[in-house]
Amino acid sequence: MSMRTLPLVFINLGGEMLYILDQRLRAHNTSEDNSEKVMNDIVGTMFSKAFMDELLKPQQLYSHRTMKTVLTRLAHASIMRLNPASMDRLYELMVMAFKYQVFLCLRPKDLLLISYNHMDTIREFVKDTPMAVNQVDETHRKIIETYSSFTEGELQLLRQTLLTFFQDMHVRVSLFLKDQIQNPNGRFALTTSGPVPHGTDVPGLIRIFDCRGREVRRREFPSGGSYTSSIREGSFELHGNRVIRLGMNMYTVDHPEETHTSRAPSVKVITYGSPNPLAKEELNLLARLMGSMKTENEPKDESGFRINLFNTDKEEEEAWVFFFSIFIPCCYINRNFLIKAFLSCFTEERQVVLRKEEKPENPSNNKGEELLAMMDDL
Amino acid sequence: MYHKEKSIQIKNSASALYNNLSVLRIAPRRLTHFTVVHANMVNMVSASWDGLNYTHRQLQSKEPNVATSTSLIMQAAFCVLPSRDLLVVTSQKGIQMYESDGSIMVYWHALDTPETATGSVCPRDIYLSLSHSIGVSSGAILVFDVPSKGSNITLSEVLEEHKESITDMASECSGSQECIANLVTADDGGNLCVWKSGEEFQLLNKIPGFDMSCSSVKLWKGTAVAGYGTGQIRLYEAVTGILHAEINAHARWIYSVDIAPFSGLLLSAAEDSLVRVWHMTITPETNSVEVAHLHNECVTDTQICGAKFCDGDGYAFAVTGYDLSEIIRYIQS
Repeated sequence: MSMRTLPLVFINLGGEMLYILDQRLRAHNTSEDNSEKVMNDIVGTMFSKAFMDELLKPQQLYSHRTMKTVLTRLAHASIMRLNPASMDRLYELMVMAFKYQVFLCLRPKDLLLISYNHMDTIREFVKDTPMAVNQVDETHRKIIETYSSFTEGELQLLRQTLLTFFQDMHVRVSLFLKDQIQNPNGRFALTTSGPVPHGTDVPGLIRIFDCRGREVRRREFPSGGSYTSSIREGSFELHGNRVIRLGMNMYTVDHPEETHTSRAPSVKVITYGSPNPLAKEELNLLARLMGSMKTENEPKDESGFRINLFNTDKEEEEAWVFFFSIFIPCCYINRNFLIKAFLSCFTEERQVVLRKEEKPENPSNNKGEELLAMMDDL
Repeated sequence: MYHKEKSIQIKNSASALYNNLSVLRIAPRRLTHFTVVHANMVNMVSASWDGLNYTHRQLQSKEPNVATSTSLIMQAAFCVLPSRDLLVVTSQKGIQMYESDGSIMVYWHALDTPETATGSVCPRDIYLSLSHSIGVSSGAILVFDVPSKGSNITLSEVLEEHKESITDMASECSGSQECIANLVTADDGGNLCVWKSGEEFQLLNKIPGFDMSCSSVKLWKGTAVAGYGTGQIRLYEAVTGILHAEINAHARWIYSVDIAPFSGLLLSAAEDSLVRVWHMTITPETNSVEVAHLHNECVTDTQICGAKFCDGDGYAFAVTGYDLSEIIRYIQS
């Protein structure tokens, strides 16, 4: 599978994270100063040379747990503090949005246009801070340099690696349900109409040739869809019209409920752990990525502000449950006892969902446990 | 022409990989094996023909007796050899060969990273392929000698002709006639190589691609039928490279093509959620080829990743899709 997924994963997931944070900060009437500072700090860390250089090294794509940990750290590079439940919800939204974009893009090369759409919007967010804009531009140049030589086949392999990463995630997002790009069962809608990808012909034609290469016969067949010719190709340069809309900011200020997520009742809930949770290679990657993030922005607690991103009553309840069932360090408290106690407060259906979310206990080395505990304190 | 039959549920969903469905029909025992790859696991289902019994098995790719982390699998395919059938699983770490019911692993071939094994197919000997998993690719093809029993499998030859990752391979040797070409290999650049097996393999022809990946290829009556990322299917006369037919078949990347050799039916499936059935008439003596479209099936909201006929006449076919935990079956009405 592809060893070049990480930069695109972070740019796109990070981009989605910034879109959501931007929308939620506005919805909470956060001050202009605070909002701007949050965006600048996160963008500055995410697009820092050290961090990007780490990502650009050829390596495997690891588990959701590692991704979530690094993204949490990125979010906390700002003065904002998210509780674990908010982070969970945020991560689900980010991943489902990116899954939608990867699933629906017409051809593998569009993955780059999606990434560029994210970077264009991020540039807009920090346009008043020249240093941050420079960082985004530098990163954009490196991405263009790295990926523009990829063949369609290599980009498709990259896309398939991403699809494996997103496999079995069917979290319903109210914005997607409302726009009918997602079905009630959590799966995305795939139409058999619309423009074909750049480089593909509209299906429906059979051509027969003779030995000299001359066409001797042509016949049409019903395509079972209503396809139109491809639209013009977007720009792969530093600036330009990307043409496709995937990767652009879907969240507006006026609809706070759009970030509501829910699990489809009959759908299996994904577990975030990999078969060997935090295997040695992953711990190494985690350590390198964390190490490459600037720590100068470490705020004193008094100047930071806490934000509960998703604060409907139901979500509060879920938030507490998630918090207690997953994030209490396992070294010191009998986790199973705690989980049983809380589960007994909920309906059976809810219990089933929660049980499935428990990651398997890994009776592995203490170093792993310590790192977990450290992450939990983020 | 076809109608949907009862689906077979599998333990995990199918991953988005080319040709992600393999079917082996075992007539004496009146059952059919199906394999579908999910990330680092192969889901195997054996279905009895009366539809009453389904046995499930899961195989993981890892070195025997080594408890290292498992690696992602690229393909699992049945190989029908003259005296035995094998299940070959190719992954980032190496190549594994099992007895066809998945019960015993008979061979493990480790690969030096960063090479990844990709395709496999065949009657005669086993032809496997190697490719780098990063930009630079080797495109080498490994040829193994397989004894009629036991695990004394040996690597006999390495064919190096492709410059890009191998995506699929196909072979044929129709009964009485001595075939001229009996192996075609396809790569990520859309190039096809045509070989003749023997004491040593001989390269007969190279058909260039146009930098558009060929994800699936089959060989029938000396004609290579190839599906491409542009959604096109092309029929080439293998030995000469003459293009006989070109079909603008799908609106998205093709993931699988299959042929029912006794009837000349062709099956194609793509990310556009459509499966199409065609009929080919090929007369090698007169060099004439005819292709007719017969049927479409739409698997709603699903990017199809595997489609295979379940028998040599094309009476039934099965389909898998990304994120789908079932094998969908269709039968002729």
